Amino acid sequence: MPDQDPVIRRTTSMEQRVDAIQAALDERGMKATEAVEELNHLATEQWVPQNGARVVARAWVDAAFRERLLANGRAAVEELGLFMPKHHRHLVVLENTPTVQNVICCTLCSCTAFTIIGLPPDWYKDFEYRSRVVRESRTVLREMGLELAPEVEIRVWDTTADTRYMVLPMQPPETMGWPEEKLVGIVTRDAMIGVARL
Amino acid sequence: MDGIHDLGGRQGFGRVRYTCNAPAFHADWEVRANSLYAFAVRLGVFNMDEYRHAIERMEPRHYLTASYYERSLTGLATLYVEKGIVSREELERRADGLFPLAAPSAPGRTNVPTRGRFKFGDRVRVRLDYVPGHVRMPGYIRGKTGVVVSESPAYPFPDAHAHGVEAQDEPTYDVRFRSDELWANSADAALIHVGVFQSYLERFGGQS
Repeated sequence: MPDQDPVIRRTTSMEQRVDAIQAALDERGMKATEAVEELNHLATEQWVPQNGARVVARAWVDAAFRERLLANGRAAVEELGLFMPKHHRHLVVLENTPTVQNVICCTLCSCTAFTIIGLPPDWYKDFEYRSRVVRESRTVLREMGLELAPEVEIRVWDTTADTRYMVLPMQPPETMGWPEEKLVGIVTRDAMIGVARL
Repeated sequence: MDGIHDLGGRQGFGRVRYTCNAPAFHADWEVRANSLYAFAVRLGVFNMDEYRHAIERMEPRHYLTASYYERSLTGLATLYVEKGIVSREELERRADGLFPLAAPSAPGRTNVPTRGRFKFGDRVRVRLDYVPGHVRMPGYIRGKTGVVVSESPAYPFPDAHAHGVEAQDEPTYDVRFRSDELWANSADAALIHVGVFQSYLERFGGQS
């Protein structure tokens, strides 16, 4: 007897798959629906790039904080009330300079310090970025709108372990002397990934 | 495993579909899929290495045609089924159709007993290991040499942790490789840093 269903059934939609898991867990008393509502809120309202922007702005105006941030990122961001999941054991902050551009990626999956720099954008998780940024870094950055002078050294960081990275962009010269709150507004997620300069 | 997920350095992919300040989510179900994953992490249903490996075990054609959140949800559902919390039949009955899951796992392995300790500036070589189960060594560094730039705290060893195999936590080293040594005459000049577990490394050359 064939062990396969003789009728070819269609693959269900993603909505149906999400509903199926959620309902199966609810039926077991695991209260998935309640948790999903709370976590939807965290993902869309709290794990946002403004967290990292606060870190960057503070590092620009407070040299002692900047030193602590570069020495131990995880401890330094906690000073601003920001936290990372338990399995993100280490935050390495990568300082850009006029001659160094750091850029982060995850070629094996799509890891990021998402509670700090925000959940990753779609392109970060796409195969184009994951396959090419390690091998064709300058070309990829140029295609994304970042033209770097030839003397700028590119340093790519592939997130293959549970160490997380964020880029500390250079402060634009015209913003020197601005108050910290105003500086927060100019820091973008893409600059903290390293595919843009401010 | 040398799976389809191991994309670093693969050629043929086109331009990054980049837009400024691109969204993380494109549909309501993606937000919910992400939350179901975060919920499972909170409950301790699986660890990160099990989750990553479940995604890597997706059939390659499925992996390549699935969006990020479809891959995430497939890994999640696979682990709920493998851990006996939900059956595939129940999921397919509730979803009213086929619910594709990832393929079964190959065995894992424990730490390499002869692994060494390294320090800043050491030249190291990535071992020529071929591992059937989970591994966090991207294929593009296998057998290549680089320089240790920093050490991270000890983490669970992924090759064991994804498979329920006993192992000691071990440090990872940020190792700096030159792109022209990874892909001779076939890469843009850059320094490529990879977080490499101690078990994947051996000392290279005579210096300490």
